[in-house]
Amino acid sequence: MAAPKASLHLVAPVWNGGTRGIGGLSRVVAPEGNQKKGRSLLQFLADCFYDVEALRDHLLRKQVSKVHQKNRFQGREWIRPNQRGHFSLDFLKLQAVPVEAVDASGCAINYQGLDSLLALKELQSLWLQRCPHVDDWCLSRLHPLASSLQELSLAGCPRVSERGLACLHHLWNLRRLDISDLPAVSSPGLTRILVEEMLPSCEVLGADWAQGLKLGPEEQPRDTAGPTPA
Amino acid sequence: MLRRTLLLGLCRGPLGRGLGTHRGGSILDRDGKMSEIKKKIQSILPGGDWNPLYDTSYLPPESSDVVIVGGGVLGLSVAYWLKKLEKPRGAIRVLVVERDHTYSRASTVLSVGGIRQQFSVPENVQLSLFSIDFLRNINEYLAVADDPPLDIQFNPSGYLLLASEKGAAIMENNVKVQRQEGAKVCLMSPEQLRNKFPWINTEGVALASYGMEHEGWFDPWCLLQGLRRKVQSMGVLFCRGEVTRFVSSSNLMKTASGEEVNVKRIHEVHVKIDQSLEYQPVECAIVINAAGAWSGQVAELAGIGKGPPGTLQGTKLPVELRKRYVYLWHCPQGPGLETPFVIDPSGTYFRREGLGHNYLGGCSPTEEEEPDPGNLEVDHDFFQDRVWPPLAQRVPAFETLKVRSAWAGYYDYNTFDQNGVVGPHPLVINMYFATGFSGHGLQQAPAVGRAVAEMVLEGHFQTINLSSFLFSRFYSGEKVQEHNII
Repeated sequence: MAAPKASLHLVAPVWNGGTRGIGGLSRVVAPEGNQKKGRSLLQFLADCFYDVEALRDHLLRKQVSKVHQKNRFQGREWIRPNQRGHFSLDFLKLQAVPVEAVDASGCAINYQGLDSLLALKELQSLWLQRCPHVDDWCLSRLHPLASSLQELSLAGCPRVSERGLACLHHLWNLRRLDISDLPAVSSPGLTRILVEEMLPSCEVLGADWAQGLKLGPEEQPRDTAGPTPA
Repeated sequence: MLRRTLLLGLCRGPLGRGLGTHRGGSILDRDGKMSEIKKKIQSILPGGDWNPLYDTSYLPPESSDVVIVGGGVLGLSVAYWLKKLEKPRGAIRVLVVERDHTYSRASTVLSVGGIRQQFSVPENVQLSLFSIDFLRNINEYLAVADDPPLDIQFNPSGYLLLASEKGAAIMENNVKVQRQEGAKVCLMSPEQLRNKFPWINTEGVALASYGMEHEGWFDPWCLLQGLRRKVQSMGVLFCRGEVTRFVSSSNLMKTASGEEVNVKRIHEVHVKIDQSLEYQPVECAIVINAAGAWSGQVAELAGIGKGPPGTLQGTKLPVELRKRYVYLWHCPQGPGLETPFVIDPSGTYFRREGLGHNYLGGCSPTEEEEPDPGNLEVDHDFFQDRVWPPLAQRVPAFETLKVRSAWAGYYDYNTFDQNGVVGPHPLVINMYFATGFSGHGLQQAPAVGRAVAEMVLEGHFQTINLSSFLFSRFYSGEKVQEHNII
């Protein structure tokens, strides 16, 4: 099985004195998670044995590759024409039909998975609500859809921030954009104003302008029956 | 065996990890006593660094396989790839020597943080493409168990290069090269430019190239810390000190053509401890010169350039310090969220910073107006005279702006052709260079680190062929000139 770490130390001592001198950066970076109780057996073993640590890294990497796997159609690549230019028979009926709308809400689509969507030249409406792996990098890939895309929804995507929203200005045909409920955006109200200025002909749904504003001492929180702020 | 007896004797049950233990220590010693005892025993045994008279833990080890001079992004990148590509795990001992652990003058952290593929040399485009891939998957490359993921705050807003009539043909050629390598760049006419960015004054602009993907800017400090954390977890040793001397031996050897050359090999690196006269000689097999703007001085220490001028021995490493200013200003009427990293034909550049209508920018001075690199003081008149007028001309909204702050940093400027030096020196055969990138080192660091690690471990470049960036070009005179330098 795994050789215990102690014998590895005797053979090649890991010299750690210097890390103390450099401001203990490893301490600064290490979070409280190191001291939390109830650590799993795997974590405990990973601390003791190099091989288990490698196994744990491997498992983490497998989790990521599972997402990559999900971005392939049913375990195979997307159906494409073979060398002779023929599709497989199932798709013959649907070949000429352009795809106008894609609803990928909640899907584990990621950067590589968007390859398949970007080939759809007539796509008008794309819904990516609550996709956990859609981030700023994915948004920067959407520019090939600029001539056709009219509606885009990013509501609830945990990884999208205002930096990714900045590259939506390529989508000059966009008419409806939903950016509500983006937890990674630092100032939602300000971001919405800036996005509206960036895309003048687009209707931006999402954050309220007043969201994130701190109320001054003279302003009381309004009743629900009162008029909503303009 | 010793460990098992200690465990049996002091079993306390699984509790939170003790403070002061090194990574992966036993969790059975809550107050750190166990690990102290273990460390003491290990250092006394042969191979340890224990000195019975006084504490020497701040000194670097007495020997190390690879010594990397310079702990900036390039040095750490080389360390990372050396550890990642080494064949048996833990085979190579790597020591990174950095004299300033606050990085107060390091080019990495003072950088504006941009990354682009719009170069004219194909190798530069390939380096940038790999680096952006690295940055996108940074949490797969630099993941450390139990530590939070990195957020480099990448803004994928792209670079917009403007060209006048004279430069339009060069720009078209460059874009052709870039597209061949796989960069996503589009060319725009002044009319299209006005439609897309109404705040630009296109007078004098004949053509513009705009990076659609894989270009933008990010936080270099985060990359540096991420690399640092990861290489520490991989077992790279750090030392806070300065390299003051190389001890080498030379051999007179004959080349294939019968010419006699003096081949040098570095055996020891003397590392002087900060604020002290004490130094530690570190025996080493390979030295990597990643000292950034100070690489020229480190190379001189190794005897590179000491010889009759015009010969290979007399060819110095042409990397010098050059001071560059960066200004941060606020302009409430300025361009909005879509602002890319704009580079004017005059050499002035700016980019958006944050959401508050703040902008970062500057300009490269001409050879005659090069500021004195002795200190990092900022010259505000430079902004008034050289940066503001072209800015205001290009973006009329910038006629009213207010400078909020400014700083200065160094370029590791390669006076020969403003491109990097990578690979071994032909005569000092165990010194490898990873420096001289003249302002685009940060954006190529991950790829350059991998190239140098391949050179060290395999003896040749495997993924990206950087043979045109070797040192020997300074002697043979083959310039790898880049046409797009900020």
